[in-house]
Amino acid sequence: MIVNDVTLRDGMHALSHQYSVEQMVSIARCLDEARVDLIEVSHGDGLNGNSFNYGFSAHTEIEYLEAVRAVLQHARLAALLLPGIGTIDDMRMARAAGVDTIRIATHCTEADIAAQHIETAREMGFDVVGFLMMAHMIPVAELLAQARKMESYGAHCVYVVDSAGALLMDETRERIRALKNGLSCQVGFHNHNNLSLGVANTVIAVQEGADRVDASLAGMGAGAGNCPLEVLIAVLDRMGVETGVALYPLMDAADRLVRPLQVRPVQTDGNALMLGYAGVYSSFLLHTERAARQFGVDARDVLVELGRRRMVGGQEDMIVDVALQLKG
Amino acid sequence: MKQRVAILGSGNIGTDLVVKILRTSKNMELAALVGIDPASDGLERARRLGVEAVVGGAEAFLASPASRDVAMVFDATSARAHVAHAGILQARGIRVIDLTPAALGPGVVPVVNLDAHANAPDVNMITCGGQATIPMVWAVKRTGVDVPYAEIVSAIASRSAGPGTRANIDEFTATTARGLETIGGARRGKAIIILNPAEPPVLMRNTVYVLAGPLADVAAVTASVRSVAADVAKYVPGYRLVQDPIFEETVTRMPGEPPREGWKITCLLEVRGAGHYLPEYAGNLDIMTAAALRVGERLAERVPA
Repeated sequence: MIVNDVTLRDGMHALSHQYSVEQMVSIARCLDEARVDLIEVSHGDGLNGNSFNYGFSAHTEIEYLEAVRAVLQHARLAALLLPGIGTIDDMRMARAAGVDTIRIATHCTEADIAAQHIETAREMGFDVVGFLMMAHMIPVAELLAQARKMESYGAHCVYVVDSAGALLMDETRERIRALKNGLSCQVGFHNHNNLSLGVANTVIAVQEGADRVDASLAGMGAGAGNCPLEVLIAVLDRMGVETGVALYPLMDAADRLVRPLQVRPVQTDGNALMLGYAGVYSSFLLHTERAARQFGVDARDVLVELGRRRMVGGQEDMIVDVALQLKG
Repeated sequence: MKQRVAILGSGNIGTDLVVKILRTSKNMELAALVGIDPASDGLERARRLGVEAVVGGAEAFLASPASRDVAMVFDATSARAHVAHAGILQARGIRVIDLTPAALGPGVVPVVNLDAHANAPDVNMITCGGQATIPMVWAVKRTGVDVPYAEIVSAIASRSAGPGTRANIDEFTATTARGLETIGGARRGKAIIILNPAEPPVLMRNTVYVLAGPLADVAAVTASVRSVAADVAKYVPGYRLVQDPIFEETVTRMPGEPPREGWKITCLLEVRGAGHYLPEYAGNLDIMTAAALRVGERLAERVPA
C-alpha cells in the first residue's frame, strides 16, 4: 500500500497557499525520513492554480517543487493538475522539475476532459493517477463508469476523492469495492474530515484493498482537513497493517511543524461540518468565511446554498455570487 | 443578394448555427452542413430543415456540388481539424470564420473589433468564455486605466459541452487567455473553465476579475461596463450582468513578482441561450454562434457577390 502525503498540496488551502519554501522543505524532509512513499506539492487547486479565484501562493510552483525535490532521498514527488485550470505545459514544467507522479483531477462525472492529459502524462513517463472528485455526488455504478474511462486513457491508479468529506462509511466501502472489482489498475482514496470520518473511512478503504491512500500531517488540508497521517499510521499499525512508515517522526512533525501553522484551526467546527453535511467542496471554506465577513451574511447559509446549487470544485467565484444573493 | 455559406461540423455549435442562419440571417444563404458522422442529429436536423447535408470532411464538401459559389465557411469542428482545413479552404478563395479554439487567424469579438480584420482570410471566434468575458476587460481598459492582469472563470453545463469542447480544454484556456490580452487589452490573461453536471443544467456563468491601475475611476468604469454589456446583449440577447461590478482596492501579491497596488474589479455575468438548438442553459453555445453570425453578416455585406 502506498501512502500519499498531501500536507504540502491540500494543506495549501488551509494556509491560503502561503507556505514559505523553508516550511515546505522542513516538512518534506520529515516526511521523507519517516519513509512516506509519495509527497504531493502544488497549489491547493493544482498546478497553475495561482489566481484571484483561488488565491496566489507565496512562491512560484517551480520554487516549491525544486526545493522539495532537492531534499527527498526516499519519497517520490507528486503534483496535482485539474484540466481547465492547469494545462499540459504545466505538466511539462513539473516533469522538468523532477515530479514523478502526476494526479489528474476532474469532477466525478467529467473524466473525459482528462483524456488528453492522462495520455500525454503517460507519454512523458509519469506515474499517472486519475482523481475523481466529489465522488459522493453520483451513484456507485456511474462512478465506476467514469473510473473505467480514466483507466482506459492510461491511468495507473484511479482515486475515489471525497472532496466534500461527505461520504458515509458504507458509501466509502461500496465505492472502493466497486472500483477494486471493476478495474485492473490500482485504486486510491482521498478524503476530508468534515464529518469526522477521515481516519475511519480511510481505514475502510484500506480494508477494501485500496492500493493508495492520502493523508496529511495534523490533517493539514481544506475544510476540516484530510485524514490525519500520523493518526492513520498509528491505527494501521494497531491493526497490523504494514505501511513501512515510522510513527514517531510523523507525530513530531505534525505537532512541531504543522500544527503551529494552523492559524485558522483545521478541525470539524461548525462551518467545516457544514461542508460535509451540505456536500460542498472543502476548499470553499476560507473563501466562504471571507465573503460572509465582507457581505455580512452567515457562512453556513452560503454553504447550504452552494450545496443546493450543486456547485462543483473550482467554482469559488460563485461564493461571492451567493453571498450577494443572500444579502439581497 | 445573399452570400452562400456553409458550416463544417454537425455537432452542437454547427447545428445551432444552422438554426440561427435560417431564422435570422439577412445576408447569408446556407448551402450546406458538413459532418463526418452520417448518423449525427445535426445532419438529420439539417435535412429536415431543407439544408443540404454533406457527409464527410472539408475535402468531401469541396468536391460536392453544394460548394459551388460558397464564399464563406463557418468551421465548427475542432482545433486540430481546423488546422487541416484552413489551407484547403483558403486555396479555393473561401473565407473562414473559425469557431474552434485553433486561433490561426486574428480573433474577433464583435463588440470590440468587428471591423478590424474585415480582410483576413481566416478569423477566429476565440472561445465561448472569451466572447463572454473579453468585452468586460475591454470595457475597463477603454476608460484609460492600465490593466496588468485579467482572469476569467467560465462555468458551463456538462450537457452543453460536446466531444470537441472536451477534447480541447487546454486550447480553451490558452486561446481565451490570449484573447484577454490581444483583444481585451490586459497585459496578462488567465482563463479557467469548469464543467458542472447539475440537473436541471446550470446557465452559463462567467466571472471576470480585472486588476486595474491605481487611478481607476469607479463611476466611469461601472458606466463603461454597463454600456458594453448592453451592446453585447444586442447580438446575444441572453447576456447580462448579474450585479454591478464589485470594486476592491487591494495589494495583489503574485508569486515571483513585486506587490501591486490597484483595484480588483469583479464582474459576474450570466448567459442564457436563445434555445435555438440546445435549451436555454447552453448560453456558451449561443454566444459563440451569435457572435459568429454577427461576424458572418458583416463580412457578407462586404464580400463582392
